[in-house]
Amino acid sequence: MTPLKCSQLTKTYRNGVQALKGIDLQVKEGDFFALLGPNGAGKSTAIGIICSLVRKTAGKVAVFGHDLDEDPFGARCSIGLVPQEFNFNQFESVINIIANQAGYYGISWKQAFKRAEPILKRLDLWQKRHTEARFLSGGMKRRLLIARALLHKPSLLILDEPTAGVDIEIRHTMWQFMSEINEQGTTIILTTHYLEEAESLCRNIAIINHGHIVECTSMNRLLQRLSGECVVLNLHEPLQEMPLLAPFCGRRIDALTLEVEISDGHSLNELFCLLHEKGIRVSSLRNKQNRLERLFLDLVQGGAPA
Amino acid sequence: MSYSRVYATALMTIIRKEVRRFASIWIQTIVPAAITTALYFLIFGKVIGSQIADMDGYSYIEFIVPGLVLMSVLTNAYGNVVSSFYSSKFQHYVDELLIAPVPDWIILAGYVFGGVARGLTVGLVVILVAMLFTRVQLVHPLISLLVFVLTAILFSIAGFINAVFANNFDDISIVPTFVLTPLTYLGGVFYSISLLPPFWQSVSLANPVLYMVNGFRYGMLGRSDIDIEIALLIIVAFILLLWSFALRLLAHGTGLKT
Ligand SMILES: Nc1ncnc2c1ncn2[C@@H]1O[C@H](COP(=O)(O)OP(=O)(O)OP(=O)(O)O)[C@@H](O)[C@H]1O
Ligand SMILES: [Mg+2]
Repeated sequence: MTPLKCSQLTKTYRNGVQALKGIDLQVKEGDFFALLGPNGAGKSTAIGIICSLVRKTAGKVAVFGHDLDEDPFGARCSIGLVPQEFNFNQFESVINIIANQAGYYGISWKQAFKRAEPILKRLDLWQKRHTEARFLSGGMKRRLLIARALLHKPSLLILDEPTAGVDIEIRHTMWQFMSEINEQGTTIILTTHYLEEAESLCRNIAIINHGHIVECTSMNRLLQRLSGECVVLNLHEPLQEMPLLAPFCGRRIDALTLEVEISDGHSLNELFCLLHEKGIRVSSLRNKQNRLERLFLDLVQGGAPA
Repeated sequence: MSYSRVYATALMTIIRKEVRRFASIWIQTIVPAAITTALYFLIFGKVIGSQIADMDGYSYIEFIVPGLVLMSVLTNAYGNVVSSFYSSKFQHYVDELLIAPVPDWIILAGYVFGGVARGLTVGLVVILVAMLFTRVQLVHPLISLLVFVLTAILFSIAGFINAVFANNFDDISIVPTFVLTPLTYLGGVFYSISLLPPFWQSVSLANPVLYMVNGFRYGMLGRSDIDIEIALLIIVAFILLLWSFALRLLAHGTGLKT
């Protein structure tokens, strides 16, 4: 059964903003799917419609075969949502927020507490379970949203910027956690502005811009499309001018830094041989940009007009 | 799991949450009504009431007890739902219900139940306060209970509708101030409409609160300005009307979904 199928999904807000202009989207079972796009592209709007929080203007949505118009409860049962904005009662304790949400899915109070323990421990919130939500830090609030979305064991987990404002250590634990959930069979849709996060976690990807899907493919195929890479070299000794490195193009950023384009058909090895011949010693090297970031900017900047 | 099990658990969850909410802030939710009505009994009942002739054959303080009890029931039922549901909109945690497989009527029933629980709790506290000042009678206990509960239900639904339309905290106090209070004070809490000139008697009959106050007065004292059957019929009719209106608002997502 297909976890998510949207066809010709359209949304025009009452103020006239056309947030979605007919998007088609299909997510396969067990997928880890990235939904990317710049600010205001329409990602949260699409997620809102799928989760019954936003009224669609036109189009169809089916979640595991349950049409949103005909069988909304069937659809809702299988979705877990981590929203972009904090939307819990700030005056409730962590455990009550989670148990209430579970209750709305038919899980008894007692069972909710039992299920909450391992999840809260995994997300490092167990010590805080009796703390009122307003006394949590921003990163803890994000993790609370994740815990709340998992208690009813959804088969489709939708994460709208789950790692925004989360420190690097916790982010890594969260990545690992999300991967585990995915490996256990939960289909995940992830929205994020950290493209390395999407690159390392997701297998398929859709890029949305101005309410249109501008790209929908597998992560591998998208990355293969990259022609060449740009590397930044840090030098051991200062250089007064840009050396001739043909066939490579490059430029001197400062005395100790060079930027070199490695186009298709050439390799890093060739570049290093050349540098060696010229007696230039490189102390370190890095990619100028994340690979997905480059593609993303190409697609979004050259993407469909508003 | 069957849907009916899910619904029952969801309903219980909303009710538990609502009751815990007003119980945990009882100083704000229960005590004020007790203090205000104690003052009413003291001033209108004891101080001024002693100067007032009997009303419908009852001492003035006996006469106003049912009205004051019902007044606190309806304002508290209304106030509970309007502030609780509006807070859930304001902080967006109403989303927790909207994304879950919870039908609209369960949401409504859960909040109404919370309002009724608060209304009845406050009503009982006010009856206890009244007992400090006068003899409290209960001629028709079942009818009293029925009017008591139906009034709480009606005003809980009304509070829910107010919250659906409210866009800021002022909007949740406009209706209580400009509609509820006048209707209640003019609804025969403090006087029998037989004291009014015929024209104002007819005008008073258009006030739904009159039927509740008199229905409850009938239950407690055994007599009222209005037939009890008509009073009950009108209250039930209003409940059905507002209930279906509230469900339509929820189905449409008014004030909840963009
Ligand atoms: N409630 C609303 N009323 C009117 N317009 C809205 C509303 N919510 C969003 N929009 C508009 O719809 C468009 C898409 O917004 P949306 O929140 O879906 O973007 P997004 O892709 O999630 O962006 P971000 O990455 O910043 O979260 C934007 O132009 C936004 O201004
Ligand atoms: Mg968004």
